Amino acid sequence: MNLLTLQRTMAKAVMHPLTNSEHMSKHAPGGEPMSQHAAKFIKPNDRLTSFERLEIYNRQYWWRLMSSLAEDFPGLQAVLGNRRFEALCKAYLVARPSRSFTLRNLGHDLELWLKKNPQWAGSNQAIALDMVRLEWADIEAFDGAAYEPLQPADIAKSAGGNLRLTLQPYVRLLKFQYPVDALVLEIKKFNNDTEFLSNTFRERRKRKQVSAVAKLKRKTIFLAVHRVDYSVYFRRMTAEEYGLLVAIQKGKTLGQAIDATFSKHSKTFAADLEQVTAWFQNWSNLGWFCAPPAKSAKARKIRERRSAKK
Amino acid sequence: MGITKARCFLKRLKDLVKRTKTPWLSDHLCWGSVDGRYTHDLLPMPYTLEAAAKTAQKIRDVRDYLEVPIAVENVSSYAEFHVSEMTEWEFLNEVVERADCGILLDVNNIYVSSQNHSFNPFDYVNSVPAERVAQIHIAGHSKYEKYILDTHDHPVIDPVWKLYDRAIQRVGHTATLLEWDDSIPTFREVHNEALKANRFLAKSVLARAV
Repeated sequence: MNLLTLQRTMAKAVMHPLTNSEHMSKHAPGGEPMSQHAAKFIKPNDRLTSFERLEIYNRQYWWRLMSSLAEDFPGLQAVLGNRRFEALCKAYLVARPSRSFTLRNLGHDLELWLKKNPQWAGSNQAIALDMVRLEWADIEAFDGAAYEPLQPADIAKSAGGNLRLTLQPYVRLLKFQYPVDALVLEIKKFNNDTEFLSNTFRERRKRKQVSAVAKLKRKTIFLAVHRVDYSVYFRRMTAEEYGLLVAIQKGKTLGQAIDATFSKHSKTFAADLEQVTAWFQNWSNLGWFCAPPAKSAKARKIRERRSAKK
Repeated sequence: MGITKARCFLKRLKDLVKRTKTPWLSDHLCWGSVDGRYTHDLLPMPYTLEAAAKTAQKIRDVRDYLEVPIAVENVSSYAEFHVSEMTEWEFLNEVVERADCGILLDVNNIYVSSQNHSFNPFDYVNSVPAERVAQIHIAGHSKYEKYILDTHDHPVIDPVWKLYDRAIQRVGHTATLLEWDDSIPTFREVHNEALKANRFLAKSVLARAV
């Protein structure tokens, strides 16, 4: 068996789903008894059979990836309950095995996959999809790129209808059918608060969480998921504020963005001038506008050169 | 990793190496993906000449591209392959000689593998080319009924300190890293555990002075 064949054989066996009792399947991917399959390429020793040695890697694979998804999507887990969440994760990992070197990207395709396979979310499909989008945005906002922020003065200098602004890549703008942000905040608080609490207390709090999911009423919300000092924040917005930012993010000029947003909402820009000015002030203070990446790199190089001269 | 993905990854890594002025890089002597699918595990190599040649070539390619020296770290393993033609330490030596690279010697991993595969861990430590060791790792592990898992969640046990002692006798005063990344106790406890290495390092300085 050459190197590539061995790697393919081993990887296929390692990624083969565990049984419900979390043991290695008795049958290999091709249907052959797993004990025979494992014995073909793995040596037994005086304590473990080939099957048992392969099973160590098989279980580690599933435990590691499942716990990574549970860590990244605690809200989805709360929405679906543990059993349904585990079944969904298994199905997702079988359909979309990791194609990235980092576990950070494990949930990258989850939203798309869940849209195509909504049956895995049971009766809470809409909430589950909202939750996946929010939790993935949380990951992206946490470590998304950040470029040199534009200062309010920089924007004022070049203000005008033709100005095009760039939003920081870590700012994610999302529209939801359910107020899932509140649920995620509740879960985060629960996880922080109960780290050192007894199982009984944790279970009681968990039941409270499940009933919170059940009570979640449909309500459209607009959210910016962003980052300040290495912490992710959710900021609710009005439909107009969201619309304006989305238009800017899509590359429209300031004039186009304002026209598109205010005509859509049958409002006049003049009437809301004060409000829009306040939004821009706020977004600038948060550092959401940035110089495009190429300009940002140039600015950094100039700064580095200057500091080297000093 | 596909060729395009690998190039992109290496380019980003090179940028990081330059920006941080990294003097040398290390990675595990193992594999974790095939055909673009990742297991996110440190899977053992088959100890064959084919694998040694291919691995050494990859190390040389990466070193030439990144323009910094590379060191490879031995991993803990729980399985051995029928196709293996040599011991793990013979394989390590074959790879580092062919690639002309460094070694990051993890003495806990040597101990874990020695228990799982029934070999004498001192044979391993004694066979490593001392001049190639760039750093040493120590760690704790978890003992199960029939095997040991490298879990980095316990203090270093005495047999691993003995291996460390032997490694230091051979390679001299060497940068040492205590790995403790699960069930992490207080900083004081981890720090005290790391400081235990000083006993052996001081002994090696004394021995060289004499």
